[in-house]
Amino acid sequence: MDLTELLDVGEAHRAAQKATRVHCCTSTGCRAASAMEVFKNLKTAVQDAGLEAEVEVVGVGCMGFCGRGPLVQIDPQQALYEEVKPEEATSIIDTLQGGTTPALKGDLQHPFFARQVKIVRQHSGKVDPESIEDYISVGGYRSLYKAIYEMSPGEVVDEIIASGIRGRGGGGYPTGLKWATVAKMPGDQKYVICNGDEGDPGAFMDRSVLESDPHLVLEGMAIAGYAIGANHGFIYVRAEYPLAIQRLQKAIQQAKKYGLLGSQIFDSPFDFKVDIRIGAGAFVCGEETALIQSIQGGRGNPIPRPPYPAQSGLWQCPTLINNVETLANISTIIREGGAWYASIGTDKSKGTKIFALTGKIRNNGLIEVPMGITLREIVEEMGGGVPDGEVKAVQTGGPSGGCIPASLLDTPVDYDSLVAIGSMMGSGGMVVMDQDTNMVEVAQFYMEFCRGETCGKCVPCRTGTVQLYALLTKLLKRQATQADLAKLESLCHMVQETSLCGLGISAPNPILSTLRYFNEEYQELLQPPAYLNGKVGHGQVTVSQ
Amino acid sequence: MDKIKFATVWLAGCSGCHMSFLDLDEWLIELAQFVEVVYSPVGCDLKHYPDNVDVCLVEGGIANEDNLELILQVRRQTKILISFGDCAVTANVPAMRNMLGGAEPVLKRAYLELGDTSPQLPYAPGIVPELLDRVLPVHEVVPVDIYMPGCPPPADRIRATIEPLLHGEMPAMVGRDMIKFG
Amino acid sequence: MSVKTLKINGVDIAIEEGATVLQAARQAGVPIPTLCHLDGVHDVGACRLCLVEVSGTRKLLPACVTEVAEGMEVQTNTPKLQEYRRMTVELLFSEGNHVCSVCVANGNCELQDVAIQVGMDHSRFTYRFPDRAVDISHPQFGIDHNRCILCTRCVRVCDEIEGAHVWDVAQRGAACYIVSGLNQPWGEVDACTSCGKCVDACPTGAIFRKGSTTGEKERDRAKLDFLVTAREKHEWTR
Repeated sequence: MDLTELLDVGEAHRAAQKATRVHCCTSTGCRAASAMEVFKNLKTAVQDAGLEAEVEVVGVGCMGFCGRGPLVQIDPQQALYEEVKPEEATSIIDTLQGGTTPALKGDLQHPFFARQVKIVRQHSGKVDPESIEDYISVGGYRSLYKAIYEMSPGEVVDEIIASGIRGRGGGGYPTGLKWATVAKMPGDQKYVICNGDEGDPGAFMDRSVLESDPHLVLEGMAIAGYAIGANHGFIYVRAEYPLAIQRLQKAIQQAKKYGLLGSQIFDSPFDFKVDIRIGAGAFVCGEETALIQSIQGGRGNPIPRPPYPAQSGLWQCPTLINNVETLANISTIIREGGAWYASIGTDKSKGTKIFALTGKIRNNGLIEVPMGITLREIVEEMGGGVPDGEVKAVQTGGPSGGCIPASLLDTPVDYDSLVAIGSMMGSGGMVVMDQDTNMVEVAQFYMEFCRGETCGKCVPCRTGTVQLYALLTKLLKRQATQADLAKLESLCHMVQETSLCGLGISAPNPILSTLRYFNEEYQELLQPPAYLNGKVGHGQVTVSQ
Repeated sequence: MDKIKFATVWLAGCSGCHMSFLDLDEWLIELAQFVEVVYSPVGCDLKHYPDNVDVCLVEGGIANEDNLELILQVRRQTKILISFGDCAVTANVPAMRNMLGGAEPVLKRAYLELGDTSPQLPYAPGIVPELLDRVLPVHEVVPVDIYMPGCPPPADRIRATIEPLLHGEMPAMVGRDMIKFG
Repeated sequence: MSVKTLKINGVDIAIEEGATVLQAARQAGVPIPTLCHLDGVHDVGACRLCLVEVSGTRKLLPACVTEVAEGMEVQTNTPKLQEYRRMTVELLFSEGNHVCSVCVANGNCELQDVAIQVGMDHSRFTYRFPDRAVDISHPQFGIDHNRCILCTRCVRVCDEIEGAHVWDVAQRGAACYIVSGLNQPWGEVDACTSCGKCVDACPTGAIFRKGSTTGEKERDRAKLDFLVTAREKHEWTR
């Protein structure tokens, strides 16, 4: 395939499109609210109304407003329907001929939509994720062509450096620097890995990207392969994302058929094949060294760094490992240029970030916002605040992150500001909590998660999380003393400083941040030591579990 | 000079630590010049733990209601409480019942499953103290001032722990001679 | 081969490039406690006892897997490291069922030695009392999981020196345990050559020779050293 052929495919597909497109979300969230039935009924309704010539019903990826699914959007009319019931399909199609519908009308001008800046999610909810032609028709794979034919691998790396993008998996390591390191490493065999082992409770950004626009990720991987000199990529997706896996498989097959993946891409000497590896349910496999062990068929245990994967990764070869969202940015950066990308966001955090906005908030769903937006803008304007209550805290970064109190809602959302207040960007989970939330219970919830997910290799993480959980439980049972609280805090620091990988290093964050901002909730639970109150018997002295 | 009020108590342990204490032999005579033994299964016959005890050696873990009542009293009425031996410091062998998961399975195991003739659970309220669900090291129940591990702590270790206290100093619990478990 | 010079606790040390900080410290006679490290098999950096402070980085680095670098300044025994080491050992004691007084390794146990080294006179963490199994299905040896600290020395020695890979780790987190064969009783694992290297490698009394009772466990660590030297330097006699 050459450029003309690529453009022809897009042109032909656009020409074949009907004047009116009824987009129905077929992603996991809306599916759970019977979107597939809505989709089927919409198709039948179009047939019944005899509108097949001018109207097509397209199953698309996520539109973002997951809390109000299933979502249906009609273009070019820009009509959005929320919480669509299967029986409303007929009347929605009737509106195209002047009819009315009881379906809940959405407002695309609402800040939830209006304040978004979509780069990663630019096609999400607009293209059919199962159709490569749909992706090509919106300019897909043009960036790959541009990279291969108009840029040297070094120029591609320079463009990524210029964009200032940092890793979207949570750590925020400069992506361009990582690419440059792998590119400079000697060795004939290198690999690209796409980390799709999203596992934070309440986070579903990567799932949505993979389900909604798999080709965008594949194109990003191929560009990365070209830039660093790799001919083989792996996408590591957790088994709990069957739809994402299915759509990726389909996308890889389609891309291979068009010669956009595989040997001699665009008839150039550049080869790049992509294989999918499916996780087996371990959260720790999102840690890059554990993920690499898992791909190699080993036990998913992290190994000490250095050597970093960039030096010695998959099968001891230099390996570039990036998160789904990071790779989904690449195609646009190559198309629009690094300088353009760097114009979005803040000084040290460029571009946009997707958040899964959940918890006690009116508007639940996925949002893509420019870095630097404040938490208040996200929670109050876009999220619509807490129904019947007030924001008490916002949790970002999942089990690795922290709880940010309402008093700090004006903090800009960027890597460094969040770290400065004891939380972190993380992969993008954002859980809003209201005044009824017990912050010690929140800390206990996340510690229970870490306790269950630690691989067990290093001592502080394997046993420290167990002890931290036990201490929190003791507190919540109102059996802990001031000494226990001091022990809790010192153990947090110990686990943080001595653990082998990021899981253990960040596991105490939910406790430390709640200790910092909601200390009074811990103090209220404390009991005087049993020997002081003079009472004896069961229940006075306790055995913690 | 006032004599130091000295006590030893025996909770859930085998009494081996007390035997080791008696292994101090002639040093016991020297010790007697410094201390007044106010409560001890091996040193005096007083039945009630008195007030204002200066130093108390506690052997054994906390396994039943009696142990619990006594240790709380000991803590309230003692200046320096020493966890004396592995059972006091770690709960040790008595705590091997903790793996069974509670008092009830322990009693069933001991008196029903392993009862050769007429298996039955002991029941004598007010006479036989109730078992706690778990045997606990002393410091899980009350604050401890000095930890003296060992099963039993050798007599030399006991002397090296007590002797500085007689001169108003704290012993240095470091090194193999002082803190080796087992 | 080039040589690197570094400072450990302020003392200058020269050692060949590629050596670890642990090797450099041992050469200089600086004691750093270890548990998962075993000469002759690869290091995993899991026990975290050998963490040291290296100037220029805020992270504590495991000496066993950190290579020496020119001009490196290492501190091995700061108050913080002492405190964290003691906590680590306390966590290990509270995690399993370590009853020294009835253990085959009493008096000859690296966990016990490390406890003395870090000054642990009691555990501040609540003992977990996990319900763990004992496997004595092997005719010569037994494994008591109550005493296992999951250092994986047995896994590595069996895989890397004996080449049998009888052992591995099953489950995750607190549920982890050392598994023989495909989670079979040890005695039924055909791959086991009954060489006994795991007994010699085990730092505690978890893997032992049958018939040995309290305090009777002996280790022939020299046998492992001999095998490693034999392979690496082709010195076949001892």
